[in-house]
Amino acid sequence: MKAFFDWADQRTGYKKLVHETLYENVPGGARWRYVWGSTLAFCFSIQVITGLALWVAYSAGSQTAWESVYYIQHEMWGGWFLRGLHHYTAQAMTVLLVFHLMQVVIDGAYKAPREINFWSGVVLLLLVLALSLTGYLLPWDQKGFWATKVATSIAAITPFIGPELQKLVVGGSDYGHHTLTRFFALHAGVIPGVIIAFIVAHIYLFRRHGLTPKEPRRRPDAAFWPDQVLRDAVACLAVLLVVVFFIIRYRGAELGAPADASEQFSAARPEWYFLFLFQLLKYFPGGTEIWGAIVIPALLMGVLIAMPFVGKWKLGHRFNLGFLWAMLAGVGLLTYLARTEDAASPEFILAVHSAERDAARVIVLAQSPDGIPTAGAVTLLRNDALTQGPKLFAKNCASCHRYDGHDGLGSQPKDKISASDLKGFASREWIAGLLDPARVDSLHYFGGAKQKTGKMVKFVKEDIAEFDAAQKAQLQKLIIGLSAEAGLKAQSAADTRDAVVIAEGRKLVSSTAMNCTDCHKFHAAGTEDPSAPDLTGYGSREWLLAFISDPSHARFYGERNDRMPAYGPDKILTAAEIGLVTDWLRGEWYEPKADPLPNLIPPPRRASSN
Amino acid sequence: MASHDCPHCPPPTPPDDRRSFLAKAAAIIIGGALAITAPVAGLFVFLDPLRRKSDSGGAVLVASLNALPENGEPRKFSVLATRVDAWNRSPNVPIGAVYLQRVGDKVRALNVVCPHAGCFVDYRSAKNHFFCPCHNSSFALDGQVQDPKSPSPRGLDDLVVEIRNGTEVWVKFQNFRAGTHDKIPV
Repeated sequence: MKAFFDWADQRTGYKKLVHETLYENVPGGARWRYVWGSTLAFCFSIQVITGLALWVAYSAGSQTAWESVYYIQHEMWGGWFLRGLHHYTAQAMTVLLVFHLMQVVIDGAYKAPREINFWSGVVLLLLVLALSLTGYLLPWDQKGFWATKVATSIAAITPFIGPELQKLVVGGSDYGHHTLTRFFALHAGVIPGVIIAFIVAHIYLFRRHGLTPKEPRRRPDAAFWPDQVLRDAVACLAVLLVVVFFIIRYRGAELGAPADASEQFSAARPEWYFLFLFQLLKYFPGGTEIWGAIVIPALLMGVLIAMPFVGKWKLGHRFNLGFLWAMLAGVGLLTYLARTEDAASPEFILAVHSAERDAARVIVLAQSPDGIPTAGAVTLLRNDALTQGPKLFAKNCASCHRYDGHDGLGSQPKDKISASDLKGFASREWIAGLLDPARVDSLHYFGGAKQKTGKMVKFVKEDIAEFDAAQKAQLQKLIIGLSAEAGLKAQSAADTRDAVVIAEGRKLVSSTAMNCTDCHKFHAAGTEDPSAPDLTGYGSREWLLAFISDPSHARFYGERNDRMPAYGPDKILTAAEIGLVTDWLRGEWYEPKADPLPNLIPPPRRASSN
Repeated sequence: MASHDCPHCPPPTPPDDRRSFLAKAAAIIIGGALAITAPVAGLFVFLDPLRRKSDSGGAVLVASLNALPENGEPRKFSVLATRVDAWNRSPNVPIGAVYLQRVGDKVRALNVVCPHAGCFVDYRSAKNHFFCPCHNSSFALDGQVQDPKSPSPRGLDDLVVEIRNGTEVWVKFQNFRAGTHDKIPV
């Protein structure tokens, strides 16, 4: 064995290199304050290894990026852990960079002859931030997409070259495949390559000038190995344990809903360590953003770069220290303000909840038997009644109607309720309420609408109110029979069970005894010239589609229609949109049969950085 | 210990041997744990394909019996099925092709993939055989290797065929490993 090592040493001289590495002098002996550089090197190596492994499964394209990350996160062996390791180590790196910078400034390690090494460190700091910025977009989820859009819009205000710069970064005038391929090339190729070159230079210069000892020296000089190596290793272990804690705590890195340029996303925020810049921009009114986005950060960087020169002045070191603390305090304060403002904003909290709901829902849809279509996972949410129904309802219906007392999304519209609450529309309970003399003219039903003074309300309040026990029992059957017309998913078991009652109930709707067909049509029964909506197929998909499309149609309210627009003929909603609202109101959307998530896969999670 | 080539190296000092040994052992153990974490996490994801079984699937309706010539001449048909490509699921897309031919009142199905290196074979009606344009293998109508110098290790792969409802030709479509003597499903 020794012969082999000697043979290799003669040809490579590795022994001397190893010796120099391990027996580097540590003036004053090993100390904990010297560990930061090593923890950063450790983090960077983790990022390279996990990054390459993620690369194996990542696909940069606007129909494949989110999908491949979903696949890593939810389908591949331990993919959530790998992503988590990459994600949280990136955050750890940012924190460690600040610690390293603080240690260098406090110990005066930026002073001559170490200026160039200090500057190379500042460049490395900026490069690592550039990695964060480019990596944030790659999962192509709503959060990364919208946050990065803000960043690239800021690039556009750069003097002289702004618009061209933005186009080059984005890879065109709009976000798409080339945005991802460019960001990916930067994130996984160009920037890491430059970082490696700078790390080599950084370590070479560090070795050339040696460690800057913290005075007074407590102990005699010692070799790097083993005491300092042990301290570095323990520090790296601590970093790793913190990272693993976050991975387990949040079950890997967050993955939002797929990017959708047509879907508002008010929860967009940059990664937490860029929040101070985000907050700073709020203080610059339109036209002056350049101060917050470019000028002030550039000036601060300028002072940082000038530290070695300032440090030569008698009070220079104190100035540098003061500047560093002031900058960190400013960043801390801005970050704190950004967080507290968000935490106090109901809109932001609602947007975050909505984002979390979409993120969880799209995973359920992606794991459905239909899987993800080649058009991309974004279509899953666009075509999902549970996702789109409430949004369409809030926008188009909730100025008059309600859904369980709210606008479908949980907010209260500014206008008072003036048409029925449609939660459970056409279900037995809903119809029972409509035929209840005490409730028919409440705001829940016709109380706010023109029908309040119509024949139906009058019939319920006068005739039904007088029903005897036998008639009330018949009314119950009628309700069950009429509700069965809807064929609601939620009632399918009850409808199957009550087939006999339903048949009786249907007969009762048609019978003259109950008076329905005086005004309504019901299958073959009823007047030729109905003055009220046709009850044939009441609440069924076809019925509701046609009703929402045109309630003034002779089949429904005709000219007695109150204020409801003809969403179809007037082109307020597309046929697909009417379908989504209809399906949502009827409770028709995909639900997994059983829990499709195997144990290894994280459940829907709360955003780690919100 | 210090070499003269190493200007920063400290003078050799006799360390506390026991303490030094413990420090070295701890540094090596912790360092080892640090070094393997990321590669192991990456390796799991990298090895993920090994735990995925190929979707051998059931039989697929390929053609109507009426579409096959009575004289037993082979006809090529696409096999349409649900293609699962990692996260994408595409229903009713071509996942391969077969040659179907009548053999008496039965139907023979041959996978169009040459078992040598995976090229698609052609049917040449003039010579009434299958020919692989990549390495010039030729196969008889029953799929057997025709040319003794053929590089193909086995004949064309026949597939299980079922006739349902009198006229529907259903094929249990499978691909097999190329380059082996035995027919091993992939």
